Amino acid sequence: MSVTPLLEARGIDKRFGPVQVLKDVDLTVTPGEVTALVGDNGAGKSTLVKCISGIYPIDAGEFLFDGQPVTIHGPRDAAGLGIEVVYQDLALCDNLDIVQNMFLGRERRSGLVLDEPTMEQMAAETLAGLSVRTVKSLRQHVSSLSGGQRQTVAIAKAVLWNSKVVILDEPTAALGVAQTAQVLELVRRLADRGLAVVLISHNMNDVFAVSDRIAALYLGQMVAQVKTTDVTHAQVVELITAGRSGDLGLAAEKIDNGVEYADTLTTPGAEQ
Amino acid sequence: MTQTKPTADTESQEPVTPSVPFVRALLRNPTMVTFAVLLAIIAAFSILAPDTFTQRSNFTQLAQNVAILTVVSVGTTFVIITAGVDLSIPSGIVLGEVFAVHALKLIGTGGDTTAADVTADQTKAWYILVALAGALLAGLIIGTINGLVVAYLKVPPLLATLGTLGAGLGAALILQNGVNTATYALDPLGHGSWIAAVPNLIPIALVVVVAGFILLHMAVFGRHTFAIGSNPEAARRAGINVERHLLKVYIIGGVSAGFAGFLSVAYFSTTSIGGHSTDNLQAITAVALGGTSLFGGVGSIIGTLIGVWIPAVLKNGFVITGVQPYWQDVAVGLVLIVAVWFDQLRRRTRNRG
Ligand SMILES: Nc1ncnc2c1ncn2[C@@H]1O[C@H](COP(=O)(O)OP(=O)(O)OP(=O)(O)O)[C@@H](O)[C@H]1O
Ligand SMILES: [Mg+2]
Repeated sequence: MSVTPLLEARGIDKRFGPVQVLKDVDLTVTPGEVTALVGDNGAGKSTLVKCISGIYPIDAGEFLFDGQPVTIHGPRDAAGLGIEVVYQDLALCDNLDIVQNMFLGRERRSGLVLDEPTMEQMAAETLAGLSVRTVKSLRQHVSSLSGGQRQTVAIAKAVLWNSKVVILDEPTAALGVAQTAQVLELVRRLADRGLAVVLISHNMNDVFAVSDRIAALYLGQMVAQVKTTDVTHAQVVELITAGRSGDLGLAAEKIDNGVEYADTLTTPGAEQ
Repeated sequence: MTQTKPTADTESQEPVTPSVPFVRALLRNPTMVTFAVLLAIIAAFSILAPDTFTQRSNFTQLAQNVAILTVVSVGTTFVIITAGVDLSIPSGIVLGEVFAVHALKLIGTGGDTTAADVTADQTKAWYILVALAGALLAGLIIGTINGLVVAYLKVPPLLATLGTLGAGLGAALILQNGVNTATYALDPLGHGSWIAAVPNLIPIALVVVVAGFILLHMAVFGRHTFAIGSNPEAARRAGINVERHLLKVYIIGGVSAGFAGFLSVAYFSTTSIGGHSTDNLQAITAVALGGTSLFGGVGSIIGTLIGVWIPAVLKNGFVITGVQPYWQDVAVGLVLIVAVWFDQLRRRTRNRG
């Protein structure tokens, strides 16, 4: 089953001053699939996401959406394409309620004033469509919600807009067992509805539970993008920690691309 | 593909069972606290001075007295909800007065006289509008400077507006050579009543309150104001231009001060360049009393309205009951501390979740 990719990142470079955080990163995201983006702390996962959503400008590379080159200058551009991000820190407004958060920046109006009934109804429908039953009132302030509920609101916010790509940065990191299961179930449901989902996670059980593909970042380089069914836990862990595993990862790439990678990788401490 | 098992359908999150429901409800809604305080004060003075305090004319007088403070407090509410503060209100008001008078002086009325010199029955509606334009311009200038410095130069609002406070008052003194200008050109506005026996300042302040209420609580603008005060980064990621919005908020603060200056000239028939030095603290007190959090993200126009009335009613009641009116300052200070303490309590109970 080879579906055409919906979002493609090609040769993304990103540096913060002298520090090169992303180096020639490729990523392909396919509708109906969960792509797990894995990598050690500081590998560049969140940075890649922020490049995709236009929060950080990229230094080199390009994005293709539906096969067309696109430029993304900010969250609004990304949202315009149907790309929604649920950030690691969630970025919800504690003092606003669930509906207000879900519509923040894209409020519905009737005339000059806010159209609260419509927004409340749309929020309710979205949450119901995701089979979310755990929130008591849509007019609850977000600060009164549990971690899992906050995550749920952030995800519902992302899918409210007929989005096509949903990127979730460590959505289960702070959650307990039951809440993690709920969020993962939700993630799976998004893909089953035909969305392209990118899931960042450090938890291999989660990754293997829901993902169709795994993309591994190692020190800012994409070392492998493979089908989940083709690899084992151990292989993925190796890719994350060493950048290679058997004929997967950097060793294999080095054959294709020459010594370029080997330089930076064998001497990670001795950069300029 | 592996499907995760839904292990729990409902989360074990019981609503906090209120031990004392009434107190809980009060804690949750700061506006109710101050409203209860206001009602208690009114009730107390109604019992102590039933004949004088409860007279309709007394309340009309009170409403007229607080009208100007109400106008600036509405603007200040917006600023404080963004977790900012505007200390420059006195300079906005005084420059508003000065610009209004100078605008009138631009209109020649033959000979050496200008529109600033006309008597109350010689004045024309368009003179008043020109004075209004002048006052609003002054507020716009102060507000724009505040907004640019706070939003784009990232200078802390306390210091940015402290700077424009001093600079604005200085500029007003320069423009006036240090003396006030009297004018009766605005008297029909400041002393008239369009509605039977209701001084004009009251409906004008009411219009400002209603406009502020709609803008803050019913429009996109207000929603974004709360969002920025609550979590600026979240607002930015939601595609809100945080800097531009902050600029607009400080312009609202400045323009409301300029408008208050216009009303002040109309009411007192003179500029009062030394007469507004504590208006900023009064407005901030009113806003904080009304439950608007100085940490941003929380607040209401209705609360501010109540917060404006508490000091005014206290002072009025003390005068009527023969208590030294200075007790008002003591009482307001104490009420303010209690109100802010309640705000803290409320935050703590909420953040426990
Ligand atoms: N704004 C920034 N300025 C400078 N360096 C940054 C910035 N953001 C990230 N970095 C650096 O870029 C690298 C990648 O960070 P990033 O947050 O993308 O990692 P991550 O893969 O998301 O890690 P984690 O799993 O801990 O979330 C880190 O070394 C980090 O210190
Ligand atoms: Mg990260």
